[in-house]
Amino acid sequence: MTAVEERTGTEKEIGKARRRKEDARLITGRTTWTDNMVLPGMLHLAVVRSPVAHARIAHVDVSAAQEAPGVVAVLTGRDLAEEQGSLPCAWPVTPDMVNPGHPSIAVDQVNHVGEAVAVIVARSKAAAQDAVELADVDYEPLPVVLDMEQAVQDGADLVHDHLESNTSYHFVFDAGEAGTGADTEQAFADADVVVSRRFVQQRLIPAFMEPRSVVVQPQGDNYTMWSATQIPHILRVMLAMVTGVPEHKLRVIAPDVGGGFGGKITPTPEEVLSLLVARRLGKPVKWTETRSESLMTAHHGRDQIQFIDIAADREGNVTGLKVRLLADMGAYLRLVTPGVPVLGAFMFNGIYKFPAYRFECDGIFTNKVPTDAYRGAGRPEATFAIERIMDELAAELGMDPLELRRKNWIRAEEFPFTTVAGLQYDSGDYETATQQALELLGYDELREEQRRRRESNDPVQLGIGISTFTEMCGLAPSRVLGSLSFGAGGWEHASIRMLPTGKVEVVTGSTPHGQGHETAWSQLVADSLGVPFEDVEVLHGDTAISSRGLDTYGSRSLVVGGSAVVKAADKVIAKARRIAAHLLEASEDDLDFADGKFSVRGTPGASLGIQEIALAIFAAHNYPEGIEPSIDAEATFDPENFSFPHGTHLCAMEVDTETGFVKIRKYACVDDVGTIVNPLIVEGQVHGGLAQGIAQALYEEAVYDADGNLTTGTFVDYLVPAASDLPHFDTGNTVHTAPGNPIGAKGVGEAGCIASTPAVVNAALDAVRHLGVSDIRMPLTPERVWRAIHAGGDGGDRASARTNAQAVDSSDAPSTTGGAR
Amino acid sequence: MIPAPFEYARPTTVDEVLQALAEGGEDVKVLAGGQSLIPVMRLRLAAPETVVDLGRVAELRGVREEDDAIVVGAMTTHSDVLADPLIRQYAPLVAEATATVADRQVRHRGTFGGALVHADPAGDLPAVALALDADFVIAGPEGRRTIGASEFFVDYLTTAVQEGELLVEVRLPKLAGSWGMHYAKFNRVAQAWSIVAVAAAVRREDGRIAEARIGLTNMGPTPLRARQVEEALAGAEATPEAVAAAAAHAAEGTEPSSDLNAQADYRQHLATVLTRRAVSTAAGL
Repeated sequence: MTAVEERTGTEKEIGKARRRKEDARLITGRTTWTDNMVLPGMLHLAVVRSPVAHARIAHVDVSAAQEAPGVVAVLTGRDLAEEQGSLPCAWPVTPDMVNPGHPSIAVDQVNHVGEAVAVIVARSKAAAQDAVELADVDYEPLPVVLDMEQAVQDGADLVHDHLESNTSYHFVFDAGEAGTGADTEQAFADADVVVSRRFVQQRLIPAFMEPRSVVVQPQGDNYTMWSATQIPHILRVMLAMVTGVPEHKLRVIAPDVGGGFGGKITPTPEEVLSLLVARRLGKPVKWTETRSESLMTAHHGRDQIQFIDIAADREGNVTGLKVRLLADMGAYLRLVTPGVPVLGAFMFNGIYKFPAYRFECDGIFTNKVPTDAYRGAGRPEATFAIERIMDELAAELGMDPLELRRKNWIRAEEFPFTTVAGLQYDSGDYETATQQALELLGYDELREEQRRRRESNDPVQLGIGISTFTEMCGLAPSRVLGSLSFGAGGWEHASIRMLPTGKVEVVTGSTPHGQGHETAWSQLVADSLGVPFEDVEVLHGDTAISSRGLDTYGSRSLVVGGSAVVKAADKVIAKARRIAAHLLEASEDDLDFADGKFSVRGTPGASLGIQEIALAIFAAHNYPEGIEPSIDAEATFDPENFSFPHGTHLCAMEVDTETGFVKIRKYACVDDVGTIVNPLIVEGQVHGGLAQGIAQALYEEAVYDADGNLTTGTFVDYLVPAASDLPHFDTGNTVHTAPGNPIGAKGVGEAGCIASTPAVVNAALDAVRHLGVSDIRMPLTPERVWRAIHAGGDGGDRASARTNAQAVDSSDAPSTTGGAR
Repeated sequence: MIPAPFEYARPTTVDEVLQALAEGGEDVKVLAGGQSLIPVMRLRLAAPETVVDLGRVAELRGVREEDDAIVVGAMTTHSDVLADPLIRQYAPLVAEATATVADRQVRHRGTFGGALVHADPAGDLPAVALALDADFVIAGPEGRRTIGASEFFVDYLTTAVQEGELLVEVRLPKLAGSWGMHYAKFNRVAQAWSIVAVAAAVRREDGRIAEARIGLTNMGPTPLRARQVEEALAGAEATPEAVAAAAAHAAEGTEPSSDLNAQADYRQHLATVLTRRAVSTAAGL
């Protein structure tokens, strides 16, 4: 009969810590990374980039580059002006949002360092790179706009001089006006206590492991693009709209993709340019960025200035929250650039029962590379602000920060709970998660040690930071996205193909870039269909195979994409049931389906496996009349609500007051991410998220100098921590299943990243608050901590000069003869 | 990224190296472990006409004992230095500092001589060599010459090695008496360059500090000796108070840079704290 392996017993796959089936090929690199692709006759692109942040292009001379050995063509912005269109922005967050348009290659003006001004096409990558230095571009400098607070002043220099100001939009959410809360001004007028702070969310660089890479192959009037992207489906639609290549003539493939963190969520200039060049020359082309190009020109994240006011009564009951943001868009709007702060708009109230809330945000243009999604996208910013201001309020009131939180958070029995921002939180228990986290940390002993160190005036002080967070995940209910003017839906698609030998192909529209979809989806399907885990193959990332999908971001894959898989599996079972009834000569109503077998109730031995049915229906010799001979099925799942993971994160931090060096002593967190399909993947996501969130608190910052050059142009200066720089993580879980999807999952991709940053900063401040410190700017460099302790303030700006250690920045002209050996 | 085109020579003896250097044209670079040269070439900040690769010059590798010195071949890798029993016995300060250099991969390829000739102010070995009064043996067309560490480091990324010359080996004097040593390195992440570091070697005699040698990393364009601290420590009581008082002089005469990691005044503050800590540890306090 069939060549399938017998499934042993009834052991459930969901909940099993399976090692990821995709890891061996991903880790060894023996896989289809885009840059591994080699096509016959393939040409290589290199991009000539602007060394200045803001200038008119006076003259471009590429004649020398054109004559260089191996060079096939050199194209300037002028050459491509008519066909390049504008990179898309899918999220006009207000009706009057100003979008200046986003050329893939500059024609008349450059607006940030690293913007493309010409493309070299050559027979080898080396030849293309050599010719970059031969392109001669004259720039007429324009005033450089870098500081958001200056950019919004009257008479400020403009990034786009055809616009009236540097403000793209002004977005307001007012709970009083929306009917979800009381009047905010009144709440503040009536408050016993108001605490106001200005927090800075520094600019960050996603810094995915695999640099971006694009290959385009023209075949007749068809084009196939391989790209290291998170969004092959969205990219296909957008490229069709931008370039005029009809959608059905365009196939986009995201092969194995090495991380993204949001950094590969937007159609890029280089994807458009690669397609345009391939179309013009009729030859396959490849572009792969260098790490320096990636840091300089791939979109950045965060970059907000947050003005936060919190109102409360003397007993510590919060009564109102006001948020005003300046959000740096950079020079242009990419796919969801303006929407990132708006995603945070509904999360600033956190887990607390604020009766009144008002949010305002200005999106500001500067002469920097555009921002867009970065792990958490809006929610880390919101979580940071609320968790920091709760500590400030606790200090003002002289209350224990945990007691203040407990007094105001939603109690377990109050779920589902509609917040002042209008979201309905689905499930959870903040108290239980907090209790578990306190035990994991050893809270009481550490508080005692903190007391001892304070009393003895120890040069190394100890602090404990708390972050009790929630986030909205499972992006997203399509109707909600519509109400926020987003240009697409939030559903996800899956199909299941039952192969004749009983093996199963699962096609998912949720394209992974390292998360482990292949393993988790196999576990889901193994349980649903009752087939062995090994019999399931998961296909993804190719628009010709996975025809419908909305890809991976916003902790959506399992919640939305996994649910589509489960729904499709249910349909397979329903279709197989009719065949089974026919073959077993029984009524459908008398069939039980368990462990992959249909059996006739009350008739021992009369059973048929679903994998056997797959072969039977492939042969199609004997099946009921009036139905199609197939048990394959597809499903589209559109969630009705977001899911709301939550957790309590605790950080114990040592601060060397003599040097300012901070060291995480212990980190404990308890997350509730709903149903856990694979505990190993969940723990891995939490660890990675923690590393990234801690990195924002302690290490990472994209620094520009006064001319708009990226000073942190290499990993020498843009500090990404390694395992050796991070503490052991004590992690735990509570499980409150999400009611909004059949799996009960809430999403885990961003949790660690969202929760950890304020826990770490709160910990450092808790260590030195008695020394008069109430804020330290992120990242907490030793210098900033030392200055905050010894000179007051928040530690101030860093010197934007490069370090001695071979760092380069984007102002470095190519080809100087250095003194290095 | 891809370096600009260059000529490549791979000699097997020092004499052949010198010949290759002489014939290499206008801009010749010596490739030792490549941990600094290759990155700047890939970034096209350096585009030498010729690269002379020392990888196959066997006579430049290894550590040996010669009378009152330990002689380290310029091409001895950091990991070989770390594993060497002579270094551990006679120059533990070198081992301690080398262990802080970057990461395992870099230490496997990077070389002792390469790091010293590169003379990055943030590099760890120059201050150690300076503190230990190492001698540098340089080969050139005219033969070999030996100069002391105090003359070897000339300026930012610049040493006394002239065009056409090659650093062959470094002689670390065996120190007589009861020495304690410590390298106190301050950086933000484990694999990073020093923001500031202090190399301290202290000889104790009858409960006093008889002699101290302090090298400062990244407190100016070249490594520096903290002479005022050394003078204050000479003959001082081995007490925390005396060490702290002496260490307060650590930043005198220094002109550190201001960059992303630290502004000059903070570096000067760090130098005093790290000097106190390094000397205290070296003195066994």
